[in-house]
Amino acid sequence: MLQLISLLVENKPGALMRITGLLSARGYNIESLTVARTLDATLSRMTIVVDIEPHLRSQVIKQMNKLVNVLQASDLTDSPAVKREMALLRVRAPLASRTAILKESEIFGARVVDSSTEGFALEVTGDSEKLDEFLDVMRSYGEIEVTRSGALAISLEAKKLRLAPPVPRNAAVEETDEKLDHTLGKTH
Amino acid sequence: MSTTTAHRTGGVTESKLMSGAQILLECLVRENVDCIFGYPGGVTLPLYDAFYDHPIRHVLVRHEQNAAFAASGYARSTGKVGVCCATSGPGATNLVTGLVDSLMDSIPVVAITGQVSTKLIGSDAFQEADTFGITRSCTKHNFLVKNIADLPQVMHEAFYLASTGRPGPVLVDVTKDVLQAQAHYTPVSSIHLPGYKVFTEGHTGQIRRAAQMIWEAKRPFVYAGGGIIAADASEELREFVELVDAPAVTTLMGLGALPAAHPNYISMPGMHGSYAANMGMSGADLLIALGVRFDDRVTGRLAAFAPHAKVIHVDIDPAEIGKNRAADLPIVGDVKRVLEKLNKVVQELAPQGRELNATARADWWRQIRDWKSEHPLTPEVSTSEIKPQHVMREIDRLSGGRAIVTSDVGQHQMWAAQFIRFDSPRLWLNSGGLGSMGFGLPAAIGAQFARPDKLVFSIVGDGGFQMSIPELATIANHGLPIKIVVVNNGYLGMVRQWQELFYNNRLSQVEIAGFPDAEKLAGAYGFKGRTIEDVHQLASALEEAVHEPGPYLLNVRVSPTENVYPMVPAGGAINEMVLGAPQPVGA
Repeated sequence: MLQLISLLVENKPGALMRITGLLSARGYNIESLTVARTLDATLSRMTIVVDIEPHLRSQVIKQMNKLVNVLQASDLTDSPAVKREMALLRVRAPLASRTAILKESEIFGARVVDSSTEGFALEVTGDSEKLDEFLDVMRSYGEIEVTRSGALAISLEAKKLRLAPPVPRNAAVEETDEKLDHTLGKTH
Repeated sequence: MSTTTAHRTGGVTESKLMSGAQILLECLVRENVDCIFGYPGGVTLPLYDAFYDHPIRHVLVRHEQNAAFAASGYARSTGKVGVCCATSGPGATNLVTGLVDSLMDSIPVVAITGQVSTKLIGSDAFQEADTFGITRSCTKHNFLVKNIADLPQVMHEAFYLASTGRPGPVLVDVTKDVLQAQAHYTPVSSIHLPGYKVFTEGHTGQIRRAAQMIWEAKRPFVYAGGGIIAADASEELREFVELVDAPAVTTLMGLGALPAAHPNYISMPGMHGSYAANMGMSGADLLIALGVRFDDRVTGRLAAFAPHAKVIHVDIDPAEIGKNRAADLPIVGDVKRVLEKLNKVVQELAPQGRELNATARADWWRQIRDWKSEHPLTPEVSTSEIKPQHVMREIDRLSGGRAIVTSDVGQHQMWAAQFIRFDSPRLWLNSGGLGSMGFGLPAAIGAQFARPDKLVFSIVGDGGFQMSIPELATIANHGLPIKIVVVNNGYLGMVRQWQELFYNNRLSQVEIAGFPDAEKLAGAYGFKGRTIEDVHQLASALEEAVHEPGPYLLNVRVSPTENVYPMVPAGGAINEMVLGAPQPVGA
């Protein structure tokens, strides 16, 4: 069964690699992954859909939470959450089927984002199953080309975010010289 | 030079124009680093120029892998952060084995590597490698510094990460242009890693429940590991074991956490643990697991491990709880702090607790003693040849529980762990988790620099020793009085043992002929060495080595096909031990 993981991470180079590396090291294939900045530009929100053996799920979440760049990793698979995905598609449509395509799009709540003599470019959002259905329907009208965003999810329960506070770094300065001299047995 | 004076006084307190290399060293001084193990190269030239007249001692090793092992040996023997340094490309890739070793054993190490200049990154420049990418999974955390303004912050973050929580290696990759650039340096007053949460205190309610479980248990058993040593909790462990009066084992990583001579101490458990230790684990109704990770070499077949026991698991790393064995009572925290609190509650409940299962507990101790006397762990000794176990007994005699002993990996490591006793922590240094051959000699170098007062034995096999032979030069350069004892059976012994037992004795690529003449080898480096094969020379040869003021290489020809017993075959339950070689019929 696919697992839905939501992560709040520091927006830093390498943060994504650490998370995907944790999954690839265990031989897990990522089904989808979305990442973008949050309201706070120093942070990113990441949603990952991945197939993990059931007995290892909590272990993987714990390992993610251990990563220094990860502020919070949570498993949304079985908790109340809204999941959405977006697809953009281009459908080649002869004049005869254009009206029917527009009707179907309306039923699925898809929007036309470009229209030409060749056909339409459409935008649709929904859960993955709804998108699958819409793409099936569109395929029946002709050749389509698709790009999907992968799942986005937001928990419906406010999760308390526990962050580590700043730590003072009081390096001993005064004693250092003597300590060094002592350790090195050197005279300067 | 004014900058040198500033360094020497550790003294930059206000904004001052310095090079990246100087800033880096200033940060090391502020982290109380007195010694660093490294090897220079092209992109670290600016750093080595700054080392030239800097008071931090730089020890030049002969291979970067050994810099990482030496830093680990330094850290293991002191608890302080060990520091190693290498150049870009091959220098950095050579560190990798040492970093993974420290990661597996939770050893605080900071590695500094040079990287090609920022504008060259990604151009396949000379000696360029993606060190940041390569070491991602080899470290607790790593950094790539492309801007001199980030350098001081990153350096202090690296030391903080390496030494707190569950310790581990942290790598800082610094580009050459950052080392060369000039910037106004201001000391770092605080660091902020919002995602790095360290759980130290332990849940008070859980600790109270643990104390109750402990007194309710009829057959309690303490399973303590490297976490006790990392947390400096030996004293608390001893107090706990005495309060509860439970039998205790320490893992390979935990040897010395409880004095070997302590009446409650049994031995190391696991694949080559003693009969009593493994039977005790298997018979317990409560396993008190302190700073351990239920490693497969300890548990054997997990499904059959400690089948009757409830488990109290104390660890600072939440991801260790339930990783291999479900915990009936988990406590996430620093094992020192947790034991301090637990000891108080255990003490509080002692008056009623001691009464609770007094008879059952007396029976339990009787059972443990019976197991101990049925199959004691005693070294094999022969009058006609040198048994490797005999070598360990003699080293144990000379050490008296006080010497630092580093080992390599294989049979000799297990014999050393079985037969050399340690009175205190940080004396037994070995590559436990990664099991990396070549560890023993460079780790001894790190330990001897850290503890010049200590007698250091480096016990190595003839295989592993030849992986780190170049470091004999480092030992000779500094006159380090390390006693190198080669347990030489002419085989890659542990692999040979498995081929004998599980592959119909088809010995494939395990014979390593051509070991060099030890006297000539040591002599070539300018110190003493000797080969012995007569058992009557063993004790005196070891004494001679110990009395020699400088380094000593003692090559001991031992019986070639000795096996390590007891042994739990891979995939077996730990109470299904093979106790020894099959006896010839009629013997």
